[in-house]
Amino acid sequence: MTFISNLINGISLGSVYAIIALGYTMVYGIAKMLNFAHGDVIMVGAYISFCVTTYLGFSPFVSVVISMIVCTILGIVIERLAYKPLRKASSLAVLITAIGVSYFLQNAALLIWGSAPKTFTSIVPFGSIALFNGQLIITAESIVTVLACILIMIALTLFTRKSKMGKGMRAVSEDKAAAELMGINVNVSISVTFAIGSALAAIAGVLLCSAYPVLIPTTGSMPGIKAFTAAVFGGIGSIPGAMLGGVLLGIIEIFSKSYISTNLSDAIVFAVLIIVLLIKPTGLLGKKITEKV
Amino acid sequence: MEKIKNLNKFTRTNIRAYGLIILAFIVLFPLQSTGIISNSISGQLVPICTYIVMAISLNLTVGFLGELSLGHAGFMSVGAFTGVITAICLQEVIPSAALRLLIAIIAGGIAAGVAGFLIGIPVLRLRGDYLAIVTLAFGEIIKNIINCLYVGVDSNGLHMSMTNAEALGMINGKLIINGPQGAVGITKIASFTAGILLILFALFIILNLVNSKSGRAVTAIRDNRIAAESVGISVTRYKLTAFIISAVLAGMAGALYAMNFSTIAAKKFDFNTSILILVFVVLGGMGNIVGSIVATALLYILPELLREYADYRMLIYAIVLILVMLLTNSEKAKQMRERFVYKWKKRLRKNNDQQEGLKNG
Repeated sequence: MTFISNLINGISLGSVYAIIALGYTMVYGIAKMLNFAHGDVIMVGAYISFCVTTYLGFSPFVSVVISMIVCTILGIVIERLAYKPLRKASSLAVLITAIGVSYFLQNAALLIWGSAPKTFTSIVPFGSIALFNGQLIITAESIVTVLACILIMIALTLFTRKSKMGKGMRAVSEDKAAAELMGINVNVSISVTFAIGSALAAIAGVLLCSAYPVLIPTTGSMPGIKAFTAAVFGGIGSIPGAMLGGVLLGIIEIFSKSYISTNLSDAIVFAVLIIVLLIKPTGLLGKKITEKV
Repeated sequence: MEKIKNLNKFTRTNIRAYGLIILAFIVLFPLQSTGIISNSISGQLVPICTYIVMAISLNLTVGFLGELSLGHAGFMSVGAFTGVITAICLQEVIPSAALRLLIAIIAGGIAAGVAGFLIGIPVLRLRGDYLAIVTLAFGEIIKNIINCLYVGVDSNGLHMSMTNAEALGMINGKLIINGPQGAVGITKIASFTAGILLILFALFIILNLVNSKSGRAVTAIRDNRIAAESVGISVTRYKLTAFIISAVLAGMAGALYAMNFSTIAAKKFDFNTSILILVFVVLGGMGNIVGSIVATALLYILPELLREYADYRMLIYAIVLILVMLLTNSEKAKQMRERFVYKWKKRLRKNNDQQEGLKNG
C-alpha cells in the first residue's frame, strides 16, 4: 500500500513539475532561451491567489482565474520589456537578463508580502479519500493536480496541432525566418507563448501551494529548477517530453525520499538526470540534431 | 604611454591585470592594517579576492572555452570543505598559520580538480544548454551531499558519516562538518595578502594558458568545434584541461573563502552563488580577464553601497542588472551607440581638419 500511495504522491508532484516544465519547454522551443524567471512567476501566481482568497474573500476558483490573468499579463510585460529587445543578442545575455528578472520578482515579492511565510489554504474544497479500510489515503489535492495536468496536456496538444495560432507557434519554433516569410507574426507568437507559459505557472503555483502550503518569496526557485530539469530530462522543446519528464521526476523524487534518504532526494534526482543525459544527450523525447559545417 | 601602446596585445593585458591587482593591494593594504577603512568593508576584502578568482576561473570555461557552466560554486564548495578539513587536521602538526593556509588551499584545489575531472567526462559529451544543466545538477548534488555529511577527527584519524554526528563513533574527537550546519570551529587564517597572492597566481595560470598553444586550441574549439577538430586539435583533451584548471582555481578560492569565517554551510555555495559569479563574468565581458576583475569588485561592493536603502537594495541591484544587459546587448542600444560614435568621430575629424587648416593657412 505504501508503494501505491508513494506512486500517487509521486505522480501528483510530478504533475506540478510537468505543468511548470511546459512553460520552460514552450518558451525554449520558440525563443531558444532559458527563462529562469519562470519559477518566480509561479511564486507570484501563488501569492495573488493567496491575497484574493484571504484579503478579498473570493472563492478559490475565482482566485485561480484572477491569478492566471495577472500572471499572463506579467509574462507578456516581462517578455516585452526585458526579452524582446534582446531577440538577436547572445543567449548568455538573455540568460543573465532572465536572472535579473528573477531577482527582481523575488525582491519585489519580499517588499510587498514580507519574508514571513504565509500559510496557503488549499483551493480544493474536498477532503481526502480513504480506500482499503483507510490503508490507502489519496488527498483531494493530488486528484485535482493530476486531472488539471491531464486537461492542460490535452488542451495544449489540441491547441498546437489544430489552431492557427498553435500551428504558427510551431512554425516559428522550427524556423523563425521562414515563418515570418509565410506571414506569421513572430512577435505575437512569442508573446502568446509567454502568456500561456505564465498562465500555466499560475495554475502550478496554486496547486503546488495547495499541496505544500508554505508560501515565501523564494517558494518558486527550487520547483522552478526541478521543473527545468524535468523539461531537459524529457527533451527540451518537446511538449510530451516535458510532461513525461515532469511525472518521472516527481516519482523519482518521492520514491528516493521514502526508500533511500529524505535529505539526499535532490541529489538522486539530479544524478538520474545526469545519467539520462549521458545515455540520451538530448533528453528522453528530444530531437537529435546533426551538426553541419 | 607610447611604449605600452607598442607592446603586443597579450603583454598589454598582462600589465593591466597584474598592475591593477598590485595597485589595489598597495592602496588597500595600508588602509586595512591601520584600520582607516571601516570593519564592514575590511571584512569584505577576502571574499572579494575569492570572488575575483572565481570569476576569472569561470571566465576560462565560459569566455575562452565557450561552455556555459551553472555549477561553478560546486567546485568552490568542494574546495572549501576539503580545505577546512585539512586545516583543522593539521592544526597541531603545523603551527604556522600561513603554511597551514597554503596546504589547505592546495588540498582544496586538488579535490576540486578531481571533481572537475569526474564531472568533465559527462560534460564533454553534451553541448550548449544541456551542458549547462549538467553543471547545474552537479552543483546541486554537491550541496545536497555536503548537507548530509558529518566529518570528525580524533586520535584514530578521520571519521565520516552520512546519518548523524553520533554515528561517527569518536572518542573525544572534534566535529568538523556537522551536516546542514556545515563546517564549524574554523580558525580564521585567511588574510587579504593571501587573497591577493591567490589572485596573482590565478592570473599567472590563466593569462599564460590563454596565450599558449593550448589556449589558442581552446579558443579555436570555442569558435568552431568542427573546424578545430578537423585540423587535428583534440577537442576532448583541451576541453577537459580547461575545465579542470577552472575547477582547481575555484577549489583554491573556496578554501581561502572558508578560512575567512568561523563557520560555513554548504548552502552558501548554491545555485545563486554560481549565478552571481556568472553575472560577474558576463558583465565584465566574456574572455576579458581585466573586465572580470573590475566587474566583480564593483558588483560585490554595489549591494554594500546600497546598504542604506536596506530593503530596496536587491531590487535596485536587479534593475541595474537588467538595464546593463539591455543597454549593452539590445539592437536599439547598439544602433544608438554606433550613431553616437559616428557623430563623435565626424566632429573630431572636423575639428582636426579645422586645426590642420589653421596650421596650414
